[in-house]
Amino acid sequence: MSLLKSTVFLVAAFAVLAAMTAALLLAGGFPVGSALVALWSGSVGSWYALTSATLVRAIPLMLTGGAVAVAFRAGVFNIGVEGQLLAGAAVATAVALALPGGGALTAIAALAAGAVAGGAWAGIAALLRSRFGVLEVISTIMLNFIALHTVSYLVRGPLQEPTHIYPQTSTLADAIQLWRIPGAGRLHVGLLLAIALLALTGWMFRHTAAGFRLLAAGDAPAAAASAGMIDVGRTTTRAFLASGAIAGLAGAVEVLGVTYALYENISPGYGYTAIAVALLAGLDPWRVIFSATLFAGLEAGAGAMQRDANVPSTLVTVIEAMLILAVIAAQALRGRVSFLAARPAARAAT
Amino acid sequence: MSDVLEPFLAATVRTATPLALAALGELLVERAGLINIGLEGAILAGAFGSLVGATAGGVMWGYAGAVGGGVVVALLFAVFAIWLKADQIITGTALTLLSLGATGTLYRAMFGSSGAALSAPGSAPVAIPWLSGIPVIGPALFTQPPITYVAYLCVPLIAWWIGGTHAGLALRAVGERPEAAEAAGVHVARMRTLAVLAGGVLGGLAGGTLVLAQAGTFAEGMSAGRGFIAIAIVVLGRWHPLGVALAACVFGAASALQFAFQAMGWNVPYQLFLVVPYLLTLAGLAGAVTRTRSPAALGKAL
Repeated sequence: MSLLKSTVFLVAAFAVLAAMTAALLLAGGFPVGSALVALWSGSVGSWYALTSATLVRAIPLMLTGGAVAVAFRAGVFNIGVEGQLLAGAAVATAVALALPGGGALTAIAALAAGAVAGGAWAGIAALLRSRFGVLEVISTIMLNFIALHTVSYLVRGPLQEPTHIYPQTSTLADAIQLWRIPGAGRLHVGLLLAIALLALTGWMFRHTAAGFRLLAAGDAPAAAASAGMIDVGRTTTRAFLASGAIAGLAGAVEVLGVTYALYENISPGYGYTAIAVALLAGLDPWRVIFSATLFAGLEAGAGAMQRDANVPSTLVTVIEAMLILAVIAAQALRGRVSFLAARPAARAAT
Repeated sequence: MSDVLEPFLAATVRTATPLALAALGELLVERAGLINIGLEGAILAGAFGSLVGATAGGVMWGYAGAVGGGVVVALLFAVFAIWLKADQIITGTALTLLSLGATGTLYRAMFGSSGAALSAPGSAPVAIPWLSGIPVIGPALFTQPPITYVAYLCVPLIAWWIGGTHAGLALRAVGERPEAAEAAGVHVARMRTLAVLAGGVLGGLAGGTLVLAQAGTFAEGMSAGRGFIAIAIVVLGRWHPLGVALAACVFGAASALQFAFQAMGWNVPYQLFLVVPYLLTLAGLAGAVTRTRSPAALGKAL
């Protein structure tokens, strides 16, 4: 995708989002002017806001958005990115706390363990789908709730900080924390990791056999199967696991780069926002970089709107949902044969 | 024993009521060949609608508000999934997200985000004469809020309607062979829309039950996955009202175990009980799907 097209896409999407936000603010009877000023200043109005608020949030959204894109492109409805993120965060924290003296090696081990944990958590749903035909939408949502309660248990039980007062783990050793990018506030090197991973994924989709198999299995499973070269079941299972691994990495990166500890509300719903991020990007990994940044700015600005103009921050969730509906309505009205139309509908639901 | 068993059974019926209502609604939707993941959103919208209605005009208006909330979400689902033929899973996911955001925003805008305990007028249990006098099961089954009796009535009513009426036959035809139903003169889109709206009514009532008959107040995201559990219950109940009612009771019992264990003084992490319904859903689905057959046209647009 050319730089010009990306820029046009970003500007157009931003304009639509701003218009939708203004309309909702008007409908809710909120002070539109001061709210939009707060939205601006809280997201991109200053170098600090841009780096420490918007781009820091963009990192988990890029990774989880990429996770959703990989799964959806393969025809897998992984709504469980939130749970896979939590699994990755929990296991990465456990590894980092168990090996406090390892420095950068521990950090790498923790990131890898987070990815494996996310993949394994997705693997439960993948197994239920391939062996028992359980619709992954239901199973992944159930696994989200189980992950949330498990983290709640861990930070009050085995992983709780030594004084047993706060429901969280102890803080990770300094040497394990991800490096911050100099001059950019709280922004850490996870940004480069996320962009590199999305670029790699985009390249794989276009230029590798594995990427081709994944897209074929998602777009036209019957054709892919009858062509004889592609094991659709195995391909979708692998995509499911890869999606979970990326989501788990997002959780690990968040712990090592931002929170430095595990606690219950470590994710403000990144895994759900990720669905809007991926759909707005048309499930293109490259575009996920931009749409994730856009949503990160919106969420950072929403926090400022709540502080300065008393606008409930949940308004962002409404905007996300409306955006998803707008995207699927546009696709439906254009009658385009897309990844959505090619879902393996013959498979018994649930 | 009965001092543990009786509250356990009562808690089972209490927690099963909203699940059964929502699942019966989704049953109608799925028998018409659709899968509405937005049920979770309908429950949440119903819960919020009941708070608005009940604080304005009492319990009856609360249930009216619940129905209104559920129907709004169902109508949106019908517009996107039936008329625009958009993907049902993504539509449902978006509607759940929309409902979560909209109820949260409206709640904070209308009632303030102070977190002060806001209480809605409650729907008190009503003992049914004679039946509630049956030892052990009497108080559990027949000293419940009126909405539970509505759920009891819905089971045979829906079973009779689906199995024994012309309209019910048309509904099943739409879910199994929409093309054939269309050729036979059934208006498929209209039938599906009506089924989705009925599902919205029952989903909304389920949300109203949470507020009016259980929690006594509204909390953001209070549906807590019940919509998704209800969808699993439809599968476990094999798309039949009686099966759905029984499956809902199994889930109610699993949740009620928490109270029973607490009463018996067992010291187990409370999170273990909180995950039981979700674990049960996974286990149940894995066991059920291979042995059951869903409506043939489920999830496909016509």
